Amino acid sequence: MTIVDTREADPARFIKGATGDWEIIVGMEVHAQVSSKSKLFSGASTEFGGEPNDHVSLVDAAMPGMLPVINMFCVEQAVRTGLGLKAEINNTSVFDRKNYFYPDLPQGYQISQFKQPVVGEGTILIDVDGEEVAIGVERIHLEQDAGKSLHDQHPTMSFVDLNRSGVALMEIVSKPDLRSSEEARAYVTKLRTILRYLGTCDGNMEEGSLRADVNVSVRKPGGKFGTRCEIKNVNSIRFIGQAIEHEARRQVDLIEDGGTVDQETRLFDPKSGKTRSMRSKEEAHDYRYFPDPDLLPLEFDDAFVADIRATLPELPDDKKHRFMEAFGLTAYDAGVLVGERATSDFFEAVAEGRDAKLAANWVINDLLGRLNKDGVELADNPVSADQLGGVIDLIADGTISGKIAKDVFEIVWEEGGDPAGIVEARGLKQVTDTGAIEALVDEVIAANPDKAQQAKEKPGLVGWFVGQVMKASQGKANPQAVNQLLRDKIGIAE
Amino acid sequence: MSVDEATVRRVARLARIAVEDDQVSGLVGELNGILGFVEQLNEVDVDGVEPMTSVTPMAMKMREDAVTDGGKADDIVANAPATDDSYFLVPKVVE
Repeated sequence: MTIVDTREADPARFIKGATGDWEIIVGMEVHAQVSSKSKLFSGASTEFGGEPNDHVSLVDAAMPGMLPVINMFCVEQAVRTGLGLKAEINNTSVFDRKNYFYPDLPQGYQISQFKQPVVGEGTILIDVDGEEVAIGVERIHLEQDAGKSLHDQHPTMSFVDLNRSGVALMEIVSKPDLRSSEEARAYVTKLRTILRYLGTCDGNMEEGSLRADVNVSVRKPGGKFGTRCEIKNVNSIRFIGQAIEHEARRQVDLIEDGGTVDQETRLFDPKSGKTRSMRSKEEAHDYRYFPDPDLLPLEFDDAFVADIRATLPELPDDKKHRFMEAFGLTAYDAGVLVGERATSDFFEAVAEGRDAKLAANWVINDLLGRLNKDGVELADNPVSADQLGGVIDLIADGTISGKIAKDVFEIVWEEGGDPAGIVEARGLKQVTDTGAIEALVDEVIAANPDKAQQAKEKPGLVGWFVGQVMKASQGKANPQAVNQLLRDKIGIAE
Repeated sequence: MSVDEATVRRVARLARIAVEDDQVSGLVGELNGILGFVEQLNEVDVDGVEPMTSVTPMAMKMREDAVTDGGKADDIVANAPATDDSYFLVPKVVE
């Protein structure tokens, strides 16, 4: 593979060394577990957890004479993911054996795809500091996951559970197009969003459904690519950022001290925030790939691909642009709303027939803010789209002020109920009766004659008076009416 | 193409096959014999011929995504020299 540098060196992304600036080069291999019920080549369950070796067939345990039979659904999900990344789809691809020995790999090889993957080149757009950057995808191939080893159960033995052995993974390989830890985090976040929209992987990093191998090298800006190190199996987006920061710094220090970077596999330790060498022997990486004689080439026709294409959902980039054009939302707000499909669906339900910008503000600031504060997932959100829409309707028709609306939202969050009913029952309606407001305004001015005098000179002070009157009305006065009356009574020229 | 003793030792190690020192030179001869035979095949002009994967034209067999297997942990570990609570036990491997 010839590496093509598609990026302009950007000083904003450089890191400083003793000898000047350095550029970080990152490429990622993301392993995404296919959301299938059964494994790639056997009928055993893929369910997370389970008793040890309970989700294992004789195929997964590599018993002699067992033969793999491919799960068609997994192939469809790989093609679907390829279409979602606007990638080439290869109607013929080949499964190869990647040979290595480890106790959690009973076959002695992993069935993977080497020279002819099912999906070729595609693109992922990421947003970094308001700038849209296209990151190249090199390929997606299907492969088997390995089992799991536990090393802390016994003084001299390791425990092996094959429940994960044979589960279908999509390995999504990026080009070395990423230039900072922030870009790398944005890349994985965006990829996860797309996978979740497509429904091809649940993106759950805690359960290992999504994990990344991160390739990091450094170079003088615009210079030749340096030697890379591969940091294996990083399982959170935050750790990916930390691992890159630490590894780039380690390489810069090493080179500036006169050393050279060895190409090697490293591990990230979340406790120390550092990477360390796995010290594997070099020959362990001679995988001796060859086509798996147990499997014929994977072939499908254009109609198969067209059928999958016909069922693609609206993807996050398209949805974001629609929100910006149809609703006049900012790129930032639209980006936040499309980050999760459930959030965008909720927003659209609230915005239906209402002021979309107001709906966006309430969903982003009030609802998402509140969910975040209480650590509640949107799926467990106590406020329905109808209820939030009801609150917004009450603001729109002047029944309550924006400030009271926050209180109503809080009541709906805590106790539930119909917003209009709550406003009625608790007497929260905005006071628009000018006479009543006028009395309050007179009272506040009479109590603060000095300030009223000052306000004539400095009209900005009127805001303080508005606050006092609103307080006196327990938030129920119409702020516009209060403002106008104050200006008239104090005698502030327009 | 031919192999030397170092290559034979390396390939054996990668395949986890124990080869005694006094076997190595014999294996060099045997492997070079095989490679010589393959080299003869290389003389055939196969430009524009797709690699053949099966002697009869057939499509790969596929299955539906359904759970039809598993739930037999006792069978899975039945031949293992050491087990605990349906786990395989192996000499400790930590990288």
